[in-house]
Order: sequence, then C-alpha cells, then structure tokens
Amino acid sequence: MLRAEDLGRSVPGKVLVTGATFEVHKGETLAIVGPSGSGKSSLLRLLNRLDEPTSGTVYLDGVDYRQIAPRELRRRAGMVTQRPYLFPGTVADNLQFGPRQRGQELSPEVVEELLAGVGLAGYGSRDVANLSGGEAQRVSFARALANSPEALLLDEPTSALDDDAKRGVETLIQQIGREQGIACVLVTHEVGQAERLAERALILEAGRIVRSGPVEEVLRA
Amino acid sequence: MLKTWFHGQLQLGLAQAGVAALAALSVVLLAHRRGIHLEKELVIAMARGLVQIVAVGSILLLLLRRPSWTSVFLLLVMIVAAGATSARRAKGMPGAFEVSTGAIACGAGSVIALMTLLGVIDTPITALVPVGSMLIANAMNTNGLALNRFRSDVLAHVGEIETELALVADGKSSVAPYVQVSFEASLIPAIDSLRSLGIVWIPGLMAGMMLSGARPVYAAVYQFVVLAMIFASSGLTSLASTLLIRTRVMSPADQLILRPGT
Repeated sequence: MLRAEDLGRSVPGKVLVTGATFEVHKGETLAIVGPSGSGKSSLLRLLNRLDEPTSGTVYLDGVDYRQIAPRELRRRAGMVTQRPYLFPGTVADNLQFGPRQRGQELSPEVVEELLAGVGLAGYGSRDVANLSGGEAQRVSFARALANSPEALLLDEPTSALDDDAKRGVETLIQQIGREQGIACVLVTHEVGQAERLAERALILEAGRIVRSGPVEEVLRA
Repeated sequence: MLKTWFHGQLQLGLAQAGVAALAALSVVLLAHRRGIHLEKELVIAMARGLVQIVAVGSILLLLLRRPSWTSVFLLLVMIVAAGATSARRAKGMPGAFEVSTGAIACGAGSVIALMTLLGVIDTPITALVPVGSMLIANAMNTNGLALNRFRSDVLAHVGEIETELALVADGKSSVAPYVQVSFEASLIPAIDSLRSLGIVWIPGLMAGMMLSGARPVYAAVYQFVVLAMIFASSGLTSLASTLLIRTRVMSPADQLILRPGT
C-alpha cells in the first residue's frame, strides 16, 4: 500500500534520514523504533511530504507520490502528532476541518459515527478547551479519520498522555488497523508499545534503518 | 545653553547631534543593565544615519538645479536601500529582500507617483525627494514590522500550521491568520500618528513650513496630507509584503519552509 524506496533527507551539514526502504500493507501496523534524535519523526514527515526528500521516493498503491497532488496525498495518508493541536471551537468543528478544505461537509450522523469510533460518542458540541489530554488525542484521531485516509502516520501519539489515556489510545490504534483496514506507521521510542501494537518493526539509528522485520524478531534480537 | 558655546551653524549642529546621541546611548546603557544588548546595532545605526543624511543633504544641494527626473532616480535608490534595510528584520525568510523592495516600490512608489501626478506633491526636487523619502522611510518601517511579526508568529505556530497542512489545508490558508495579524500590527504606529496629530506631536515638516513662511493653517493641512499619504503607502506596502511573503514561506508542495533554526 505504502512503499518507501531509498528515502532520505539531508539538510546542510546533517543527514536526517538515509536509504530508508520499507513497506506497509493495508490493515498492518509498522513501528519505527529508535532513540531520540535517530530520525524517526523526520522519516515520518517524509511519508506525507511535509518535508521534501532529497533522495528516493514513496509509492502509494504503486504510484510515485510526486505524481499525486500534495493535498490529496495528505488526505490519503493522514497524520496524528504527539500534541493534538486542536483548533478553537467544538469537537465537531475540528472533525469538519479536513472535509471543509475539500469543499465537503460531514453530516451530523457521520460526525457522531466518527466520534463513537474513538470512544467519544456525544462529544460533538463540546468545546475543545474543556477536554482532557486523552480526549483531545482521540479527537485528533477522529479528525484525521474524517478525511477517509488509507494510511495513518502516528508520531508518538501517546507520549504526552497518562497511563489510562495511553491504554485507551493504544486500543484505538489496534481497532483502526484491524477494523478499518488502515495501514498505520507508528513512531515510538517505547519497545513495549511497538510489541503491543505492531506486526512489523524497523529500528532507526542515526537516520539509517539498522534492522527490520517481524516485531518479535527485530525487537528481541 | 549650547548656543552660548557654539556660534557657527555647523558647530552648533554637530554639538546638538552629539547631545542627542548621548541621550540615545544612555538608553542603551539602561538596556545593557537589564541584559539587553543593543550597543553595536545602535552605534552602527547612528553612525550610518548621520553619514547618510549628511551625504543625501549634500547630494540634494548638488542636484537643486538638475531636472525633475533626477528625483525619480534618487527615490528608486532609496526604495532599494529601504528594501535591504527592512529585509534584515526578516531573518531566515526566503526572498525577504525581493519581497521588501517589491512591496515598498508598490506601496510607497505608487502613492508617490499618483500624488505627484495629481499635484499633491510638488515636482521640484526639493519637494519631491524629501516628501517621497518620508513615505519610503515609513513604508520601510511598516514593512519591517510586518515581516518581523509574521516571522515570529509563524515560528511560534509551526505545530498548528503543519497540523492544518496534514489535514489537507493549502499553504496559503494555513498561514492566513498570521498574515492578517502582521498586517494589523504593522499599521499601529501609522494609525496612532494620524490619531494623535496635533495633540501629542507637531511634526517637523509643519514646523519647517511655518519657519519658512507658510501660513500655519496651510502647514497644518499639508501635514495631514503627508500623514494620510504615509498611511496609504505604509498600508499598501504592508499588504503587498504580507501577501508576497506567505508564498515564500511555503514550497510549491505546500511544505512550511520557515522553521525554527532556519
């Protein structure tokens, strides 16, 4: 579904990512694991072209992503970041953000369905200023899902949450992969989380993939 | 007091400049005590300013009897210099010089041209260059304020902007709120100048006109004319620069180029 080939990015004086080749299939979760500064987030940002690769490319269903309009690419490969960055207004306003960029409006039923999917049924009219950290992160998942993505790029989505909220979001990630058939790429520095959520993993060190394969083999090697 | 010690006009002028510079330096000293270091920037700016204004004064003296089109050349040079100066307030922003120069040319240049054509600004070099330079200088300040505010707002909201981009927003609309705030903030000094005209301050141009024999009412009205022109040229410049710069901080693939560390 999503295949990176020899993907890399350098900025003057620094190689952020180099020679990254991997793929992730529909309904599968791939974990990118590595210490701080190893280039995990930099690699993730290349997958939806928030940053421009200086080498290699990404194929989405076999099509070079440079042939896809950036906004369409980002609709198909949604992203959830460590901090949810909700927009001022209601939860429903946040879910409508993406569709409205494309001139579409979600019906109240679809909004409710998306919220129920992330465990927030009935939250549509709530002001985002009054949400807990875990609720805010669930809203950011629903907001990304409102664009009907085929892949989700998850950048340490639980690292700012307490244990309870973290477990809830982990369950949500499992559901998204299994029930909606969405390909997930999960950046995490937690080996345990990668084992719980991913089928396959790759380990990044200094911007280079040093191991990749089934999660048990890679993380216990 | 200075007049009792200095009798020649030039000596008196230099002494007055020295005292005024001391006042500015004392502010730098106060700022230094609070850990704010403006020494180098201010000393260079004051030295440059003094040399430049004396040089322009001398050039004007030489050009007094030249044809009017000479002023167009002088004003163009001023626009380029203003573009270079205010672009320094936009460190790390790609194309800041081109954007600043283009915006000042569009804002100040068009107002000067229109007002000269309509007869609001007189064509002799002694009128066109000083009034034109006032419009350019104010447009430069407004442009610097707008770009500086835009830069700091974008850098403070990288997360929000990239969240919008990741949610399919286009580059221009994701920075639009910061364009609007920068535009509004940059015009605060020009609006306050107009609002407080005659109450808080009596500008030098009016005083100069009265000293040279103009009727006080005409001098006052013309001062309003100048400030209205300053507002028009500053507003147009700020509008142009904020609209132009938003296309420079985004790549054609809607990627935010201006990021911390750039």
